[in-house]
Amino acid sequence: MIFMQQLINGIALGSVYALIALGYTMVYGIVQLINFAHGDIYMIGAFAAYYAANMFNLSFVPTLLAAMVVCALLGMTIERLAYRPIRKAPKITALITAIGISLLLENLVRIIIGPNPKSFPGLLTSKMVTIGNLEIDSLKLVTLGVSIGLMILLTFIVHNTKVGKAMRAVSQDKDAARLMGIDIDRIISYTFGIGSALAAVGGVLVGVLYQRIDPLMGIMPGLKAFTAAVLGGIGVIPGAMAGGVLMGIAESLTKGFISTKFSDAIAFSILIIILLFRPSGLLGKKSSEKV
Amino acid sequence: MSEKYKYLIILVASVIVYSIIQLLIYFGILNDYYVQIIIFIGINIILAVSLNLVLGITGQFSLGHAGFMSVGGYLSAIISIKLGLPFPIALIIGGIGAAIIGLVIGFPILRLKGDYLGITTLGFGEIIRVIFVNIDYVGGARGLMAIPKKTTFTATYIATIITVLVIVNIIRSTHGRALKAVREDEIAAQSMGIDISKYKLTAFVIASFFAGIAGGLYAHFLMYINPQSFGFLKSIDIVMMVVIGGMGNLFGSIIAATGITTILELLRELQDYRMIIFPIILILTMLYKPSGLLGSRDLSISRLYNKITRIFMKGGKVKDEIANS
Repeated sequence: MIFMQQLINGIALGSVYALIALGYTMVYGIVQLINFAHGDIYMIGAFAAYYAANMFNLSFVPTLLAAMVVCALLGMTIERLAYRPIRKAPKITALITAIGISLLLENLVRIIIGPNPKSFPGLLTSKMVTIGNLEIDSLKLVTLGVSIGLMILLTFIVHNTKVGKAMRAVSQDKDAARLMGIDIDRIISYTFGIGSALAAVGGVLVGVLYQRIDPLMGIMPGLKAFTAAVLGGIGVIPGAMAGGVLMGIAESLTKGFISTKFSDAIAFSILIIILLFRPSGLLGKKSSEKV
Repeated sequence: MSEKYKYLIILVASVIVYSIIQLLIYFGILNDYYVQIIIFIGINIILAVSLNLVLGITGQFSLGHAGFMSVGGYLSAIISIKLGLPFPIALIIGGIGAAIIGLVIGFPILRLKGDYLGITTLGFGEIIRVIFVNIDYVGGARGLMAIPKKTTFTATYIATIITVLVIVNIIRSTHGRALKAVREDEIAAQSMGIDISKYKLTAFVIASFFAGIAGGLYAHFLMYINPQSFGFLKSIDIVMMVVIGGMGNLFGSIIAATGITTILELLRELQDYRMIIFPIILILTMLYKPSGLLGSRDLSISRLYNKITRIFMKGGKVKDEIANS
């Protein structure tokens, strides 16, 4: 019974990781950049929701939309100002820039808002839902529902819309896509926008679930979501979803049955093991090196 | 100019710099606060120069240098406290401990490349930190206290000079050229008969050793360490010094380590704002001067010598170039 409870906690947490991981994987798939600042965009999503809900008294859905818009714009701005100029530069340059952006966002928020945690407004009330002989927090069900809904939406966008088709084309071969008349800059910008909006949803859901947000909350979930993306095979959208859920389950089982202290180290251990034995991830394609 | 003269010049120059600083300390012109900054500069030079061997020369992206620093710091501190061995021995054991960890970690992960290697080394740095937090013997999250204060200006200075000399010599040797070949193109290097994994691992282990020494100096200076002082941010600080100084440029690392340490100290009053200023510097450097502020312009004693001789006696440069070729 405790096991089932932990499993459900893990799946709820994992669906949040999956939302963040989708942003990592989409951006990596299209520009081969680990967007290190993605975890901080998730944090800003939570704060945007906090202010939107407090200042305008919005309910859950409008708050969520507000946070998504703020983060989408932020993600697109970061891409435009910091990543676009160095798109052709070596990977190390890009990664260091991304780390710089991440530190900048964290510290800007820390100075503007203050380092202390804020308590997130209670947008939804928690109720216990009984299914069989399991008691489940309704907030966890909402988290799961919203995440699954967005993942279905994203899959639809990527496979059935013009933008989605262009995205897939750009991730396959940029030059060929350009020859087909695709505006690559615009597609990359959309990718950042969509990814950031999903991260914002993750931030809001965590705020609703745990009622506590702070400027450094993005670091660990960011790294865990990245791990999830690698676990599933970076660049592969269903992989990010599966990886996220697996990471969430691994974390809550570690917390429940081994030790809370080690739960952060678990993410890294999984990452290292995956990279060593299956670098292309669970659902990833093997690629051979070109000479 | 022959090699013998070069070393003589380096030796004389380092003794002169040392004497000047020591005299300034002796006459009280440099107070304890400045001495502290100078010691931090020395420690950071060791860290930056050693990381440059991996990051700049070998082209392997390591984001966990502070992890090795913590191993050296903890190990040497424990040896000083529990066994009371002399300070240089404690330092060296700390360095060796860090090198062994470097070997154990480096062996599997150096097969990875680029971003993935960066993230994995970052992960290892964090795992080392979590392990120290969970070992009660070394104080856990509270940290390790009452480490004897052994790090002096002299000790730091000697360690810094040795580190720089060793790494410069590695880079200028045949092995150094092999490391650069690995950086430029692994496949090409391999087809020229270079054992790339051996070279990558060697560079990684040497860098870890010196990071351990730096950690030992740090621990014996502050007399207190905790796992938090060797976190991800410390690793990023070191990476920043290497990147801003110019990857692969040792002279640049030394200048950047000196400059950044000094600026960080001067900005200490601004506490929070300096954590905004620094990322901005980092981002702007990457955007406008990705090769670092000094690029690949290394300080070469031969070139300096040439410039001086060119001013004083005509023809000196020509003769020297023939001698060098």
